[in-house]
Amino acid sequence: MTVSIPSPLRSYTGGTHIVEGYGATLAEVLADLNERYPGFRFRIVTEQDGIRRHIKIFINEELVRDLADKVQDSDAIHIICALSGG
Amino acid sequence: MKRTQQRKPVLLVSTRKGAFILRGDASRRTWTLTGPLFLGHVVHHLVLDSRDGRTLLMAARTGHLGPTVFRSTDFGKSWKEAERPPAFRKAGEGEQGRVVDHVFWLAPGHASEPGVWYAGTSPQGLFRSEDGGMTWEGVAGFNEHPMNGKWTGGPQDGTPDGPKLHSILIDPRNAAHMYIGMSSGGVFETTDKGKDWRPLNKGCRADFLPTPEPEYGHDPHCVRLHPLQPDRLYQQNHCGIYRMDRSEGRWVRIGEKMPKKVGDIGFPIVLHPRDPDTAWVVPMDGGTVWPRVSPDGKPAVYVTRNAGKSWARQDKGLPKNQAWWTVKRQAMTADAHDPVGIYFATTGGEVWGNRTEGGAWTCVARHLPEIYSLEAAGFPG
Repeated sequence: MTVSIPSPLRSYTGGTHIVEGYGATLAEVLADLNERYPGFRFRIVTEQDGIRRHIKIFINEELVRDLADKVQDSDAIHIICALSGG
Repeated sequence: MKRTQQRKPVLLVSTRKGAFILRGDASRRTWTLTGPLFLGHVVHHLVLDSRDGRTLLMAARTGHLGPTVFRSTDFGKSWKEAERPPAFRKAGEGEQGRVVDHVFWLAPGHASEPGVWYAGTSPQGLFRSEDGGMTWEGVAGFNEHPMNGKWTGGPQDGTPDGPKLHSILIDPRNAAHMYIGMSSGGVFETTDKGKDWRPLNKGCRADFLPTPEPEYGHDPHCVRLHPLQPDRLYQQNHCGIYRMDRSEGRWVRIGEKMPKKVGDIGFPIVLHPRDPDTAWVVPMDGGTVWPRVSPDGKPAVYVTRNAGKSWARQDKGLPKNQAWWTVKRQAMTADAHDPVGIYFATTGGEVWGNRTEGGAWTCVARHLPEIYSLEAAGFPG
């Protein structure tokens, strides 16, 4: 599966926009990404496993509410930084 | 202190849109701005480790991304992110978990504990690192204290951008003896390196509560401990300026000697590094709806040189009127030179300095983003 990385997080991926994701759930995908890009996960997921307020994660076109949501190899995950300005 | 005097003066500026470093010449007349560092990041605090004179820690987040800590050991040329930033314990089943919104305050540990740092967060949490800021653990004696919920109150009890743990003060005689301030919550003390804590608010008012002198629930904006007289504390509180000599055991409101038209409300307070009787404050308008700006649009610093018995206005060089400044609690600092340099910064992006302890103020930098904190330090020449 692919994971699209928004600009605020590309410092972790060496500037790469799209990376490969591995895992059966979104939680596993994020854990794997954090292994490869240390610090990545905590910037978008809280210590209580909640998706941060100004972060939205989509699996294909579906907004994710729960990190336990299942994902498939053919999915495209989109991490969006949304609605924080001023 | 001697080391700082031999170094080039530096002001570490944290803003809502990144950090900057002001480098002064030896006379502190000319300052050069460098940066921004981490442009666009919300930087709450940038602090130099006074023990090794080279390690910088920065508390940062962005509008979208969660809070973290960055570390530099080459005076800001390169940075490494903490491997485990401050974070609350994962809540158990059915338990309400807390989430660190931002790291607000960073403090190097005791001189006998190189590599130890403390961090205060919003909402109020206390965290400790033993590896120079790379990994952080909650101070369970505070974060999990049975009284923690009552001491810290709820989200509604905090400042507009969240309740904060700040003013982490370590007794230079004893690494196990520490103080913290909380907005809200009050001043608290530990004598066993954070295993247990007790409120230290006797004599301090909390006139926004039904009980004007409660045990806790106060709103200290900034608390300072004098390094040469560690049993003397000062605080700029929501309800005035206070001093405590531990032998007296209670806070004494020393702000009542301020001019009535100016009042004794403000955010920051700084101490003379060698004279425990001298302190500076920046009064603000705490009337009616709390504008939190210079009273009557006429900014001034006030100094006491007798531990609060009297205060003198210091406004030479500052705008005479129509200057509606806010100086936040971390945005005032003193260097270790002789005479001491006093510096403050405004939410309008200006840094002002006074290198004679009382002469004319000069604007050191302007046009910066909203300034959250200012720390005087020294870098190698």
